[in-house]
Amino acid sequence: MVNFKPTDEQELIRETMQAFAREVLRPHAREADERGVVPEDIVRRGWELALVQSTIPEAFGGYGDARSAVTGTLLLEELAYGDLSLALHLLTPRLLTLPLVLLGTDAQQQRWLPRFTGAEFTVGTAAFVEPRWDFDPTALGTRAVRKGGDWVLSGEKCLVPLARQAEAILVYASAPDGPAAFVVERGAPGLTIGEREKNMGIRALETYPLALADVRIPADARLGRDGAALQPLIDASRVAVASLAVGVARAAFDYARDYAKERRAFGVAIAQKQAIAFKLADMAIEIDATRLLAWEAAWKLDQSEPATRESFLAKSYASQSSLDITDNALQVLGGHGYIRDHMVELFLRNARGFATFDGLAIV
Amino acid sequence: MIDFELSDAVKSTRQMVHAVAEQMMRPISREYDEREHEKPWDFLNTMWQVSNGNPITAGGERKAKEGPSERNLAMCVSIEELSWGDAGLYLSIPNSGLGGAAVAAAGTAEQKERFLAHFGDGKPKWAAMAITEPSCGSDSSAIQTTARREGDHWVLNGTKIFCTSGLMAAEKSEGFVVVWATLDRSAGRAGIKAFVVEAGTPGMYVTKVENKLGIRASDTATIVLEDCKVPLDNVLGSPEIPKTSEGFKGVMATFDATRPIVAASAIGVGRAALDFVRDTLKEHGVEVRYGVPAHKLTVLERDFMDMEAQLQAARLLTWRAAWMMDNGLRNSLEASMAKAKAGLAVTLITQKAVEMLGPLGYSRQCLLEKWMRDAKINDIFEGTQQINQLIVARRILGYSSKELS
Repeated sequence: MVNFKPTDEQELIRETMQAFAREVLRPHAREADERGVVPEDIVRRGWELALVQSTIPEAFGGYGDARSAVTGTLLLEELAYGDLSLALHLLTPRLLTLPLVLLGTDAQQQRWLPRFTGAEFTVGTAAFVEPRWDFDPTALGTRAVRKGGDWVLSGEKCLVPLARQAEAILVYASAPDGPAAFVVERGAPGLTIGEREKNMGIRALETYPLALADVRIPADARLGRDGAALQPLIDASRVAVASLAVGVARAAFDYARDYAKERRAFGVAIAQKQAIAFKLADMAIEIDATRLLAWEAAWKLDQSEPATRESFLAKSYASQSSLDITDNALQVLGGHGYIRDHMVELFLRNARGFATFDGLAIV
Repeated sequence: MIDFELSDAVKSTRQMVHAVAEQMMRPISREYDEREHEKPWDFLNTMWQVSNGNPITAGGERKAKEGPSERNLAMCVSIEELSWGDAGLYLSIPNSGLGGAAVAAAGTAEQKERFLAHFGDGKPKWAAMAITEPSCGSDSSAIQTTARREGDHWVLNGTKIFCTSGLMAAEKSEGFVVVWATLDRSAGRAGIKAFVVEAGTPGMYVTKVENKLGIRASDTATIVLEDCKVPLDNVLGSPEIPKTSEGFKGVMATFDATRPIVAASAIGVGRAALDFVRDTLKEHGVEVRYGVPAHKLTVLERDFMDMEAQLQAARLLTWRAAWMMDNGLRNSLEASMAKAKAGLAVTLITQKAVEMLGPLGYSRQCLLEKWMRDAKINDIFEGTQQINQLIVARRILGYSSKELS
C-alpha cells in the first residue's frame, strides 16, 4: 500500500543526521573547501555515528542493520545537506564495505569487514570512473584478464576518494564475462596512486587518479563468485547520487530562501517579489520531485526488483535539477551569490559534479 | 514505511478503469473532438450506469477518523486511466464532479445528505462549480456576482464563465451548480460564499458554450444569474459574514481535494502521449536504453527519458498529495505542488511528443496532436500554473496573501 511516511526508526536516523549536518558539518564546510582539508575532529565524530559499522553484520563486529536503500537515501540527503565533501569523506569506506556485504563471498567478508569495525576511522574505497570524456559505465576501459590462476588488471581510474589512505580499493573493470569488481590491496605491485586531483567542487574531499599496470591479484579477489551481477551496485550508486543531489539542492534552497526574506529592495523583502518568490516555489517543487524519484528507486532496490530504469532516471533527473536549483539559488542572491562569503557558489560547484560522479554504491 | 506499491484493490480498479478507457473512450476519442458540442450519449449513459453515480471522478473527503483510507489515491489512479483514454470524455462523465467536491469540502452534514446522497439515482446528472467571471479569474476574491437575502431565500445576480460541465449541470440534467457569490463586496474575501443552485432554477441561464483548443468533448459554459432565487439553506456552511476570511478559506479548501485530481488527469494525457511515442519508436526498432552514457544516447532517447522522468515526478507528487488527504493530513502545499508540476510537465511532454514524431505527430490521423491540445488545459484550470506557484511560494515563505500578492 502506497505510503510516504518513513518508519519511526528512519525518522530517528534522519533527525540524528540532520543535527550532525547542521551542527558539525555545515559550520566547517567553507573552511574545509578553502583549505582542502577535512578536520580530524569531524572524522572522529563521523565515525562515532557508525555510518560504516552499522551496515556490517554482527558476525564481523558491526551493528548488523538490515540493508535498506530507503534508509540510505534519507541518511545521504541529510549528510549532503550539511556538506557534500565532508559527507563523502565520512561515507567513503562504504564504497568497499557495502559491495562486500551485498555481494562478497564469506571469505572476502571474513577477511575485510572486521577491519572496518574498530575504534578509528578506517578507509576502504572504490575506483569506478575513468579519466576520459567518453567514459562509459557499461563498457569500462579498465580490463581484467585471467593469467594462470590470477587476475591481471590494467587501465586508468580517477575520482577515487581517499585512495592514499585506503586499506583496499574496489576496482571496477571489464572481465571477459562482463563487468566485475576486484579488491586490490594497498601497495599491490603495479598500482600507482597519482597526485591528488584538483576538482571544481568537493574540494575538501581528497580524490586521486590510479594507474593499474598489470596489477596481478589472486582469483579470489574478484567480488562475489565469478559472474556475480554488478547491476545492483550500479543501481545503488545512482540512487546514492540522486539522494546526495537532493541534499545539496535543499541546502541551496534554504540558504536562498532565508536570504530572500532578509534582503530588502524597493521597500520590501525580495521574497515578496514574484520574480524571486516563484523561483523559490519552483525550487521547492523540484526538490520534492527529485526526492520522490530517489525514494522510489531506493524502494525498488529494497524489493530486490530490477531498478535500473528507475535509478537511472532518478540520477539523470537529480543531476539536472540540483544544478538548476543551486544555480537559481545563486541567482536569488545576485552579486552576493558569486562571492565566496556566501555558501551558494560552493553548493553550485558541488552540484555540477553529480552528472559525473558514479560508482558510489553506498546505499 | 515508505512504499510505492499500490494495494491489490487499487490495482484491480486501475485494471478495470483501463479497460473502459481503452475499449470505450479511445474508439470515440477523435470523433467527439471533431464534433465539438455533441455528446456521446451511449458512453455517458453507460458510465452513469456502471458507476451508478458513484463519483469515481469526484473530489474526496478527508477520512481521518476511521483511519487511513485509499479513496483519494484510488481516485487519482482511476482518473489517470480515464484521461489516458480521453481527457475531454473523462471531464464529460456525469457525476457530482467539482460541484460535489465543494459540497463535500464546505457543506454541512445536512447539505451533503441533501445534495450528494441520492445524486446517483435516476438519470445521468452533473454538478458544476462556477467561480470565474468575465472580469476575474485567478483573483477569486474579486468576484462581482452578488447574493442578497430576501425573506426566505437568496437572490443571485451575476455572470459566470468557464464553467466545466456547466451546460449539463444547469440545463441538461437534474444536477446543480455551486455558484460563488459575495454577500458584501466591502467585506472582501470574508463576504464570499458558495451557493448550490439546482438545475432549472428560474433565473439561471446558459448563454454560451465555449469553442476550445482542446477537451472539446467537455462543455465549458457561461452561466448568467438574473434574480435567481435559491433557498436559504443552500449556502454552503454558515451564512454569517465572519470577521476573518476563514469561510473563504473553507471554500478554497475544495482545491486541496481537486488539484491532485486535475494533476492525475494531466498525467493520464501525458502518459497517453508517452506510450504512443514509445510504441511508435519500438515499431521502428528504436528502444530506449537506460544506463547508457549521455554521449552514446540519441537526442530522441534523451528527450524520451527526460519526459518519462518528468511524468513520474509529477505522478509521485500527485500520489503524495492524495495520500496525505487519505491520512487526514493538511495538503494545500503538496496539492499545489502536484498541480503546478503536472500541468507544466504534461504541457511540455505532449509538445515534445508531437515534435518527436514529426508529420505523424502533427497529423490529425493520430491522437498525439489532440493530446497536446488537451494537455494544455491542465496548466490553466483549477488554478493556473502561476496561482499554484503563488500558493507554494506563500507556504514555503510563511507569507500571507498581503505579504506576497
